[in-house]
Amino acid sequence: MRTLYPFHGGVHPADHKSESAQLGIAVAPLPQRLVVSLFQHRGSPAKPVVTIGEQVLKGQRIGAAEGMISSSVHAPSSGRITAIELHPAPHHSGLPDLSITLETDGEERWIERQPMDYCAIDPSGLRQHLQDMGVVGLGGAAFPSHVKLNANHLETLVINAAECEPYITCDDMLMRERAAEVVQGIMIAQHAMGARNVLIGIEDNKPLAIASMQAACQGTGMEVVVVPTLYPSGSTKQLIKLLTGKEVPSGGLPTQIGVQCFNVATAYSMHRVANHGEPVISRLVTLTGNVEEARNYEVLIGTPIGELVKLARPKADTTGYIMGGPMMGLPLTDLSVPVVKATNCIIATSKALFPPLPRAMPCIRCTRCAAACPADLQPQELFWFAKSKNFEKAQEYKLFDCIECGCCSYVCPSHIPLVQFYRFAKSEISAQEKDRKAADLARERHEFREFRQEREKLEKAARHAAKAAEAAARAAKTSEGGGDADVDAAAAAKKAAIQAAIERAKAKKAAVKPQNVDDLPPEAQAKIDEIDERRAQAKETAEQTVTAQNTDEGQSA
Amino acid sequence: MSMNSPLVAEQSTVSVIMLKVLGALVPAIAVYVYFFGPAILVSITLASVAALATEAAVLYLRRYPLRVYLLDGSALVTAWLLALSVPPMAPWWMVVVGTVFAILVAKHLYGGLGNNLFNPAMVGFAALMISFPAHMTQWPAPEMLAQTHWSFTQQMDFVFGGMLPADSKLDAVTMATPLDALKTQLHLDREMTDIQSGKIFSTLSGKGTEIIALLYLLGGLFLWQQRIISWHIPLSFLAAMFGTAGLFYLFDSSQYASPLFHIFAGGTMLGAFFIATDYVTSPTTLLGKLIFGAGIGVCAYIIRVFGGYPDGVAFAVLFLNSAVPLIDAYTQPRVFGHARKWFKGSKE
Ligand code: SF4
Ligand code: SF4
Repeated sequence: MRTLYPFHGGVHPADHKSESAQLGIAVAPLPQRLVVSLFQHRGSPAKPVVTIGEQVLKGQRIGAAEGMISSSVHAPSSGRITAIELHPAPHHSGLPDLSITLETDGEERWIERQPMDYCAIDPSGLRQHLQDMGVVGLGGAAFPSHVKLNANHLETLVINAAECEPYITCDDMLMRERAAEVVQGIMIAQHAMGARNVLIGIEDNKPLAIASMQAACQGTGMEVVVVPTLYPSGSTKQLIKLLTGKEVPSGGLPTQIGVQCFNVATAYSMHRVANHGEPVISRLVTLTGNVEEARNYEVLIGTPIGELVKLARPKADTTGYIMGGPMMGLPLTDLSVPVVKATNCIIATSKALFPPLPRAMPCIRCTRCAAACPADLQPQELFWFAKSKNFEKAQEYKLFDCIECGCCSYVCPSHIPLVQFYRFAKSEISAQEKDRKAADLARERHEFREFRQEREKLEKAARHAAKAAEAAARAAKTSEGGGDADVDAAAAAKKAAIQAAIERAKAKKAAVKPQNVDDLPPEAQAKIDEIDERRAQAKETAEQTVTAQNTDEGQSA
Repeated sequence: MSMNSPLVAEQSTVSVIMLKVLGALVPAIAVYVYFFGPAILVSITLASVAALATEAAVLYLRRYPLRVYLLDGSALVTAWLLALSVPPMAPWWMVVVGTVFAILVAKHLYGGLGNNLFNPAMVGFAALMISFPAHMTQWPAPEMLAQTHWSFTQQMDFVFGGMLPADSKLDAVTMATPLDALKTQLHLDREMTDIQSGKIFSTLSGKGTEIIALLYLLGGLFLWQQRIISWHIPLSFLAAMFGTAGLFYLFDSSQYASPLFHIFAGGTMLGAFFIATDYVTSPTTLLGKLIFGAGIGVCAYIIRVFGGYPDGVAFAVLFLNSAVPLIDAYTQPRVFGHARKWFKGSKE
C-alpha cells in the first residue's frame, strides 16, 4: 500500500452515484442542430474558420485556436453552418459565447482521420497537434491540455480519476468500459513529459473502475492508488497532496514540484486524438438526479442541454437543472445552452433531492468551516472581510488560495452562502487591480512629464548659470587669470541637480509599481481572466445576497 | 436570491447546536436538584424568561425577525449558564438583572448574535459579583449537611420576598463553598489536611458539587462526541489548571489544595466545557484555542487562590475573551501551498 498524505478538512456529501452507474454508456442520438461554442476552454476564444452556409464534415476544424492558451473546436457531425452568432452558454458569468450553429445532415461523414505516431514526433509537435485537435481538461476546468504538457523529466504524473463530486459517474463508467484506451491515453501524456511515475487516484467508492483500471495497468508501471472517498479529493491540488505529499505552491504550478495532473477523461481524449485521429467532438455526460432513467451518454459537443435531458426522462416535479456536481456546479437558467467540453453531468433537481436551505443566520464562529476547508483557510475570517469589503485583509488571509470547493458553505450551521461572498470579493479585487494598473500607467506618464519639465527647467537654469559663470570666469581671467574651479563647480551643480531629479522620479516610479499581479503563470492568469468575466454576475448575486440578508434582518417577522 | 453552488448542505442549524448544549446541561441540573433542592429550577426559569423577553424586545427594536432569532437558542444558553453560576438562594431579581444585563449589554450592544466580544453569561455574572457580592456567596448547603431543612415554599418565600421562616436563619441553610472555606481557613493558619477533613469536603472536592462537576464533564464529553465542541479548549484549560495547581501542591501541600480538588471545585468543569467553549467569544484557530484554554486555566487558579474572589473562572474567561482578537491574529495557521511561518508578518 502506498502511503497517502491526507489533506486537511473535506466533507462527505451523500454521493448519489449508484443511480447513474447501473446502465452502461449509451450514445445520445444525433440532434438536428448543434451549437458549438468557440469559448469552451480557458484562455482566449477560438476564431471561426468557416462561413455561414458552408458544408462541413464531422471532425472538421471550425474554430482555430488563437494564441497560446486557446484551443480549436471542431464540427461534431457533418452538416451545414447556419449561424455564427452570440448564443447563451453554460458559464458562471452568464455571458453568451460566440458560437457556430450546425444543421446536421445525419450522414456523419468524417474528415480523413490520421492517427499519429506520437513517439516519433517531438513533444512540441505533439502539443501543437493536441491544441489543433481541441484537447482540453474534461474534468470541468477545460484548461487547454497542451499548455500543461509543457514539462519534461517530470517526476510524477497524477491522473485524476477521483471523481469526488456527488452524482457524477462519467469517469467511473469510462474507466469501467474503456480502461485500456484510458491507459493508452495516459501513456501519451507520460511520454510527452518523460514522467517517471504515473499515479492514478481513484476514490474507493468505485470498486469496478478500480478493478478494470488495475487490470489495464498490468505491466505498464502505472499505479492505481485507491484513495478514501472524501470531497474534494478530486481537486487537483488536494489530489496531488494526497498522492505525493507535495503541495503546489500558492499561485504556482504543479510542475514546480515535479508533478502534473490530468483528468482521466482528458487522457482518453488524447488517445482518440493520437491513435484514431479524432478531434474532441464528444464527451461522456452523466444524466441523473430527479429522472426516471439516470445514465451516462456519449454526447456530441454542442447538443442543446434541454434536448439532452429528455433522454433520461425527468420526473414531473423537476425544479431545475445543474451542470456539474452539486458542490461546484452551475445551476442552469436557460436550457438552450449547449453541451460544452466542460459538461460532465446534468442533474435534474427536485425539492426532495435539493431541499431549500434554511435562511442564513449570522456567523457564530463555530469554526466548522475552518475544520472543513481543504485549503487550510479560515473561511469565517474571509467571510467577515468579504462582507465588510475589507479586501486588503481578505487577501492577507489568502482569499486567492480558496478553491471555491464549497466545503465551508456545506457545513455552515448558519447556512451562510460563503462561497458567493468569496467569488464576489475575488472579482472585486481583480477589478480594483485592473483599475489600479490603469491609474498607475496614467500616473507614470504624468510623472514622467513633470520630470521632463523639471529637467528642462533645471537644464535651462544650469545653462544660465554656466553662461554667467563663464562670463564671470572670462572677466576674472581678464582681470586675474585662472578661475576654472568656478566653472567646474557650476557644471557639477548642474549635474547633481539633474541626477537628483532623476533619482526622485525613479523612486516615485518604483513606489507605485503594482505588486501582486505581474508574472502570473498562464493558469493563474486564465483564472483571473475568468474571474473578471464572472465579475458582473458574481457581484450582482453577492450583492443580492447581502441585501437580501440585510433586509431580512431588517424586517421583523 | 439566485441559486449558487454549493447547492447541498448539512442540515444542522444554530438552533440544533444550542439545543444540544442545553441538553448536555440537563443531567448536571438534575443532580443539582437532588443535592440542593429545586430552587435552581426556579432561577433557570426566571433567567430563561428574562433572556427571551429581553432578546425579543431588542430584536423588535433592531427590526430583526423575531421567530428565527428567538429560536436560535443562544439566549437560552446564556440564561442557563448564568443561572447555574448564581446561588439559587439569591433574591429572584438578581438572576433577572444579571440576565437582562447579559443579553442587553454584553450581547446586543456589541451587535447581537455572533458579534459579542465577551461571554454574555460571564458579563452578567461579573456585574452581579461586583454589585452584590454578599448575595453572590449565599450558596445553599447540600441537603444532607444543612442544619435545618427549608421546604420549597419556605425557600421561595425567601427568594421572592426575602422572608425567613420563623426561628430559622439564613446561615442554617447556606454554607461556604469548598473553595471559600479553604481560603478563609488557610488565613486562619489551619493545615490543609485538617481543613479538608471538614464535613463539606469529599474525595474530589466538595460534597454534592463534585458530582455536579462530574456531570458537567460528562455533558462536555457528549458535546465533544457530537462534534459541537473540540477538545482543545477544555483540555488545555483543565491541563493548565491541573498543572499550575500541581506545581503549588508539590511546593507546599499543606498550603495548597491538590490539583484534582481544583479541577472539580467551583466553576472549573462548567467553565471548561460550557463557558470557555462559547464559539463567539473564543479563538477560531486551533493553536489559539489551546492558548486561550491554558490562559483561562492559569488565570482562574491564580484568581481563586490569591485573589479576593471565591472563584476565578468567570474573571479569567472575561480576561481571556478580551485577548481573543489578538490570539486569533497571531495564530493564523499555514495556508495550503504556503511555506510555514512562525510568527505573523514573517517572510514566506
Ligand atoms: S461554519 Fe458558518 S457560522 Fe461557523 S464559523 Fe464558519 S461561517 Fe461562521
Ligand atoms: S470554498 Fe474556499 S474557503 Fe470554502 S472550504 Fe473551499 S477552499 Fe476553503
